[in-house]
Amino acid sequence: MPQPDAAHGGSAATAAPTAPIASKDDDRLDRLSHGLDALEHPAQRRTVDWMAIVAPIVVVAGLIGIWQLVWWSAWKPESTLPSPLTVGSTLWSLVADGTAWGVVWTSLSRGLLGFVIAVVAGTVLGVLVGQVSLLRKGFRPLLSALQSLPSVAWVPFAIMWFGLGPATIYFVILLGAVPSVANGLIGGLDQTPPILRRAGQVLGAGRLGLVRHVLLPAALPTYLSGLKQGWAFSWRSLMAAEVIVNSPELGTGLGQLLQNGRDMLDMPTVIAAIGLILVVGVVVELFLFGPLERKVLRDRGLAASGL
Amino acid sequence: MTITETRAASAVQPRVRVSGVTKVFRQAGTPVVALDGIDLEVGAGEFVTVLGASGCGKSTLLSLLAGLEQPTSGEIEVAGSRPALMFQESALFPWLTAGANIELALKLAGVPRSERRDGVAELLRLVRLEGAAGRRVHELSGGQRQRIALARSLAQGAEVLLMDEPFAALDAITRDVLHEELAQLWQRTGMSVVFVTHNVREAVRLGERVVLLSSRPGRVLRTWEVGMTQPRSIEDPGVAALSVEITQALREEISRHAAA
Repeated sequence: MPQPDAAHGGSAATAAPTAPIASKDDDRLDRLSHGLDALEHPAQRRTVDWMAIVAPIVVVAGLIGIWQLVWWSAWKPESTLPSPLTVGSTLWSLVADGTAWGVVWTSLSRGLLGFVIAVVAGTVLGVLVGQVSLLRKGFRPLLSALQSLPSVAWVPFAIMWFGLGPATIYFVILLGAVPSVANGLIGGLDQTPPILRRAGQVLGAGRLGLVRHVLLPAALPTYLSGLKQGWAFSWRSLMAAEVIVNSPELGTGLGQLLQNGRDMLDMPTVIAAIGLILVVGVVVELFLFGPLERKVLRDRGLAASGL
Repeated sequence: MTITETRAASAVQPRVRVSGVTKVFRQAGTPVVALDGIDLEVGAGEFVTVLGASGCGKSTLLSLLAGLEQPTSGEIEVAGSRPALMFQESALFPWLTAGANIELALKLAGVPRSERRDGVAELLRLVRLEGAAGRRVHELSGGQRQRIALARSLAQGAEVLLMDEPFAALDAITRDVLHEELAQLWQRTGMSVVFVTHNVREAVRLGERVVLLSSRPGRVLRTWEVGMTQPRSIEDPGVAALSVEITQALREEISRHAAA
């Protein structure tokens, strides 16, 4: 490793006479340093908050209970408000005969592929808009505006351009997710503490090195929130597009299942489809973004929100 | 090491030479003179402390020396590679472990991958934190963070170490230990150190030479040769006596602003 004194011998010569004193000093300083360190570190333990797991389950059970009570009251006809049990058995038969898996996979694979493309595009866009001030002035307001535009608004436009095919679906997903991903990254880059940027410069990082070693890692937590939102928008856009765009070429996804249920006046299927859409969203959140976010926040000593 | 030897060396090959440096900021349209005609030389292996009240441009001076900003006029020469700079906050990267922070500095300094692991271990040993390589920044105490930051600065292999009130946020006991460690490291490595502080005792405890800056604009008011060898302690009578003298000068300078 580079030793600063390697260049000049003067100090090496002066270090020699002080060596015996230094070693005695070393022991004393060592004990002092390590004593301070020991006092600084009370044992830490991590506990599982069971209430955070039980409480949501209780809430869902309670809501189903209320649904059951309302059904018992016969306030609405069966065709409009089926019982939880009827919906449950519809859901079960969908799962049991394998229909549910096929439908979920059709939608999920499309959603994930669209999301991955959106992440790549949004990230490149985010770095460019975040780092180049001219692009930033031009594109930042546009990106914010696009983020607030419901992407379902693009469906008629996309159908007229691309027809009733996959291109329409992906177009809508991209327009839904790319602004969120880009804005998340730009926000994260903006929030990088200036002192870390300076530290990177002092260490000799060039423009690219600064982006790679300092700015991108610093932006990660906010970027992840952007990804999470981007996924939510992808999933929503996908459902909206699937409900509207129904063609043999696209097969049956969750959105088509929902729409078919409506066409057949089959309320249990409609509610079961809503349930499946919800479950997919929760599963992706719980098993993909949740652990990722918690790890990133925990590594940095920032409290993880939620579970 | 004797003071005369060091001074002789510095006359031959100054590591840092600041001549007639002025720095003017624009604050809300009006120019503010942060530094005015600063002259300063720091010799090889010399430890200079720069002292001043708020608004004397101490931090600005270090930013200029580190090349983060450019002077409005005057010249700055720093020998060798880019100087290392330590801040009041550790400025460690919180997404990396302590060891990885040091390793990144080695990487950016161009140390080949195969040598980095040993380099990290050696630097951690230098700052007495051998066991901390895998710790996250938030798992370190304030004193430990500054020691890792010091190790990261040393990793640059610079001949000049700039320190911007690095111990100001620490408790007295930790600060005292770090003073001792820094003095020892300085003697062992032979780096030139420019240490900025507003703490008179600290300046006298550490420096071979104490430079007092005036405030608004920052000018070199006076320089004291400390004339005591390391190791010394902040309780030494000599340190106390010189501190009293310098504090007096500092107070006069601060009072001048009340009159103005």
